[in-house]
Amino acid sequence: MTMLTEPAGRSDGALAGSLALPGDYWELLKPRVMSLVVFTALAGLVVAPGHVHPVVALVSLLATAVGAGASGALNMAYEADVDALMKRTSGRPIPTGRVTSGEAYAFGGVLSVVSVMMIGIAANWLSAALLAFTIVFYALIYTVWLKRATPQNIVIGGAAGALPPMIGYAIVTNSVTLDSFILFAIIFVWTPPHFWALALLKSEDYAKAGIPMMPIAKGTARTRLEILLYTIVLVPLAMMPWVTGLAGAVYGAVALVSGAVMMWLAWRCYSVRVGPEADKAARNLFAFSILYLFLLFAVLLAERGLALAAHLGL
Amino acid sequence: MAVPKDRGIVLSPAQQRSRRARNVAIGLIIGLLVMIVYALTIAKLGSHVGDRAL
Repeated sequence: MTMLTEPAGRSDGALAGSLALPGDYWELLKPRVMSLVVFTALAGLVVAPGHVHPVVALVSLLATAVGAGASGALNMAYEADVDALMKRTSGRPIPTGRVTSGEAYAFGGVLSVVSVMMIGIAANWLSAALLAFTIVFYALIYTVWLKRATPQNIVIGGAAGALPPMIGYAIVTNSVTLDSFILFAIIFVWTPPHFWALALLKSEDYAKAGIPMMPIAKGTARTRLEILLYTIVLVPLAMMPWVTGLAGAVYGAVALVSGAVMMWLAWRCYSVRVGPEADKAARNLFAFSILYLFLLFAVLLAERGLALAAHLGL
Repeated sequence: MAVPKDRGIVLSPAQQRSRRARNVAIGLIIGLLVMIVYALTIAKLGSHVGDRAL
């Protein structure tokens, strides 16, 4: 008779004796990232011309969320050594020994295949291909290659986070158009100022883990300059849905005002470089960048929602 | 003389609770998957599924 002991630090993948709870597997899916993915994919789905059966839309969005979660699990499986070194990530299920890397690989791998098949069957194979590309790009190209190789890691890797609205759009139209590319580009260009503002605050953590984030590899001055440059591109880009007619005047006004705030905060981050004020400027930019992206996509959604309600006579 | 039976791996109570929770979660997910496939099939077939030449 063998009494299995606590699983912490085990490497045999003995599932029978695991203390992992469903919540630990849920945590592997990075639920907060998943909610952002669902939100932006929903925006892409709603603004797309045409219509789709609500059940198809719901299942496709669920598949998109599961696919994003699967790539998160694969990312955590590969990153366990680095996660253990950083304060922000040391409490994750693998570094704490609640789940093994092997279990996380299996979990992420199975969910990847299931999610891609599900969206392909429910919607179309273009959106399935886009989802598969997102998973491969995040789990392989970003996690395995870019993250530890170049300070441009989050610039290129940002493509994975930017694809969900394009997937949402493709669910309805079975196509990639200029409009869906604009939604992709907004998130793609938003990613560097957002993450570099965080990296300015957490650079010690990243240095300890040996990840060449921009502030460590190129210095904080260069990072602040690049944050400003990306924001200068981002703000007019965020106006494009209004210019092309994808969004209405309310979106245009919100993008203009919130873009002005974003510009101001990026300028503060660029110009205030020493002391607690510099940290505060980076923190303010990081916090507002989340609100900025949320506002843009929320207004896109609200405008279409109101138009639909009016169309239905509600 | 009787040879003691090997009872194999015996889980601790905490491990048993965790395994039960995982099994319940897997059961619920499979149930959800069945409902999704059913709903999707009905949605895709549409209301004219019966209108076909026999």
